[in-house]
Amino acid sequence: MSLLPKSRKARRRLMAVAVAAPILAAGAFLSVYAIGDGAVFFYTPAQARAKHVPAGRTVRIGGLVERGSVVKGPDGTVSFAVTDRIATDKVSFRGDLPDLFREGQGVVTQGAYRPDGVFVAKEVLAKHDERYMPKDVADALKKSGQWRPDATVSSTAPMVGGSANR
Amino acid sequence: MIAELGAFALVLALVLSAAQSGLSFTARWRHDAALRGAGEGAALMAFAAVAIAFLSLMTAFVTSDFSVANVANNSHTDKPLLYKVAAVWGSHEGSMLLWNLALTGFGAAVVLAGRQLPVGLKALTVGVQGLLGLVFLAYTAFASNPFVRLARPPVEGASLNPILQDPFLAIHPPFLYSGYVGFSVVFSLCVAVLIEGRVDTAFARWVRPWALAAWSLLTIGITLGSFWAYYELGWGGWWFWDPVENASFMPWLVGAALLHSSIVTEKRGALAGWTVFLGVAAFSFSMLGAFLVRSGILTSVHAFAVDPKRGAILLGILAVAAGSGLGLFAWRAPVLKAGGLFAPISREGALVINNLFLATAALTVMAGTLYPLIYQAATGQPLSVGAPWFNLTFAPLMTAVLILLPAGTLLSWKRADARGAVQRLWAAGVLALATGIGVFALQNAKGAFAAIGIALGVWLIAGAVTELAERVRLFRAPLKEVANRLTGLPRGAYGMTLAHIGVGVFVLGACVETGWRVEAAQALKLGDSVQVGAYSLSLTDVTEAEGPNYSAERATVRIKGPAGDSVLYPERRFYPANRQTVSQVAIETHGPSDLYVVFGERREGAGAGEPSWLIRAYWNPWARMIFGGPLLMALGGLVSLSDRRLRMAAGARARAAAAAGAKA
Repeated sequence: MSLLPKSRKARRRLMAVAVAAPILAAGAFLSVYAIGDGAVFFYTPAQARAKHVPAGRTVRIGGLVERGSVVKGPDGTVSFAVTDRIATDKVSFRGDLPDLFREGQGVVTQGAYRPDGVFVAKEVLAKHDERYMPKDVADALKKSGQWRPDATVSSTAPMVGGSANR
Repeated sequence: MIAELGAFALVLALVLSAAQSGLSFTARWRHDAALRGAGEGAALMAFAAVAIAFLSLMTAFVTSDFSVANVANNSHTDKPLLYKVAAVWGSHEGSMLLWNLALTGFGAAVVLAGRQLPVGLKALTVGVQGLLGLVFLAYTAFASNPFVRLARPPVEGASLNPILQDPFLAIHPPFLYSGYVGFSVVFSLCVAVLIEGRVDTAFARWVRPWALAAWSLLTIGITLGSFWAYYELGWGGWWFWDPVENASFMPWLVGAALLHSSIVTEKRGALAGWTVFLGVAAFSFSMLGAFLVRSGILTSVHAFAVDPKRGAILLGILAVAAGSGLGLFAWRAPVLKAGGLFAPISREGALVINNLFLATAALTVMAGTLYPLIYQAATGQPLSVGAPWFNLTFAPLMTAVLILLPAGTLLSWKRADARGAVQRLWAAGVLALATGIGVFALQNAKGAFAAIGIALGVWLIAGAVTELAERVRLFRAPLKEVANRLTGLPRGAYGMTLAHIGVGVFVLGACVETGWRVEAAQALKLGDSVQVGAYSLSLTDVTEAEGPNYSAERATVRIKGPAGDSVLYPERRFYPANRQTVSQVAIETHGPSDLYVVFGERREGAGAGEPSWLIRAYWNPWARMIFGGPLLMALGGLVSLSDRRLRMAAGARARAAAAAGAKA
């Protein structure tokens, strides 16, 4: 017992730290550990190509839905092309598209590349105002010099999504 | 005219809030009853002024006055009255006005309901509340004024986003904001206590009712929002770990910790400093939420997209208000004297563990919400942290604390016998384990997590019932005595039991829904059918239907199931004012479970074939318990709030203190 501090106040403080530290440490450990699985990166098709995103890793791909690229299969699958005007990815999605999905508009899809390069989306998010472009897409387009300032971000339009196989 | 009246009332409220804090602080400093009364009067008038401003904006919306920019951007003459009213808080500017209404309303409530507070402490509380009002009213009046006129008013408004035109979403913000802002009273009270430098058990009696009220309202608000997302967004999810959801969840977690720590402070006089800290932190998280939602730095289901300048101002307000609160705590907390001692194994010890887990959980949610923002600011690479991350961090922490919960409620104050508590819980434990093992054995490849979750839910509910049974000595005393004890129990005890059962109900619902949901999606021609779970759904007709401000395609879906036949009418509604299509989900409840049908797009057949429509259907078992559980928690909070002790004893103590003060 000689290792314990003598004053009652200091003992209480030690006790508090002894109880709190493991719980906080567990929280911190889980947070850092889970980042490996839980963090999803966002790329435009050109960035994904430049970074060599491996097949099978969950990422988000965003850009504009290429006009005339949407093909709806009778079995409920949809395929469309997402472009950042530098590169284009073919996306395959099984499920209902969000009500706000339109050709020529910004879209963000979450899923993984197949080995053949087709992006299989598990979730499709679209914002539904033609003036709107997802912030990530706008930033990426600005960076690549493809930004058109007439496509201003509008007010209070929530993003809604559709998803399948959740 | 009405907009000018509103704008004037808003600025008047700003001036009154300044007067409220100035008069109240001076009153405390000079011990002047007249000044104190004037400060309280200013607080009441500030509320009245904001109420006038709010009603003015509502009038502008109801009369479709499109010369007001906010109305033109968010309303439309065709909209039903309910959504004209709801549009008042559907925009950034209007929602800030609602925030201010709640803030000044709670200030007035402190004046009216805080008669038992010692006069000095009350004056300081009213003063701090006035400062908060000053800051947020200034922001609303100068940076986000909802009464700005348009030079050339449009003939027709831009209408409210159709997915927000929903009865549940119409009432969701008032509850949510009352909850968020309810913590402002706790914040003001804690800051006042820090200035006074004196904490006693009576302080916890004053903090606890306000924290209970705010937390219960916040619970209802979050639940309504979650329920809306469940049936309006059309894919059956109810919680997305979206940053804006997290923004409301962090103050909820801190508020839950505060409720429990204030019990220890009240009963045992311990943890006073920690309770004050949580009181300051809860409203700081509310303000963080307000900032996150309005800053425009998030893209989210519910965020208001606004210019970053407003975000910067809100960040400034957050930094100053939360910073000075926490700074004051760091400076003054050592003055607060430590209370009663307790052994590690005791009710106090259990509540400390509860608080540590809830606080750590709140911190992980904060980390998951802010990390992507910081990462993107630092590296420029966008990143999102989604449900998998929270499932790995938040879920284990909560599982651990929920396993401990029933034992904690059975420990006695000061020093407890852990073995005795465990012995009393053996029946609940056996029941939970048996259920878990039974589910694990019967289920087919659903994974062990659902079984663990169900065992946990049963454990919580059985534990709460055991605790109540122990209190009334069920099976150990004659029935008459049991009945007497049942009626004699304080409301707080019932509140606790209800809230803890609510947690169990939620866990059961969430696990069963996640583990056993069945979904099907298929393109159907007229007459085709699709099977989901035990139900067979056939599309028999598609007709046109007209709503007040939309036109709809309505499907007739006939359902054959074990409970007999029925018909559902899911719709796709087109809102011409927004040029937007929104699905209206049809839900049939079977006890606590939902059959959930979404009517999708029309697809033309190949060649001259018949058209087909995409029908998605979900069987969501026990889904209603996901929303019923939190409502039970909120009900538990409100029942506790009605406990006589919270009102009477505090009053008696304050009167005794006042009498003692008069003598001295």
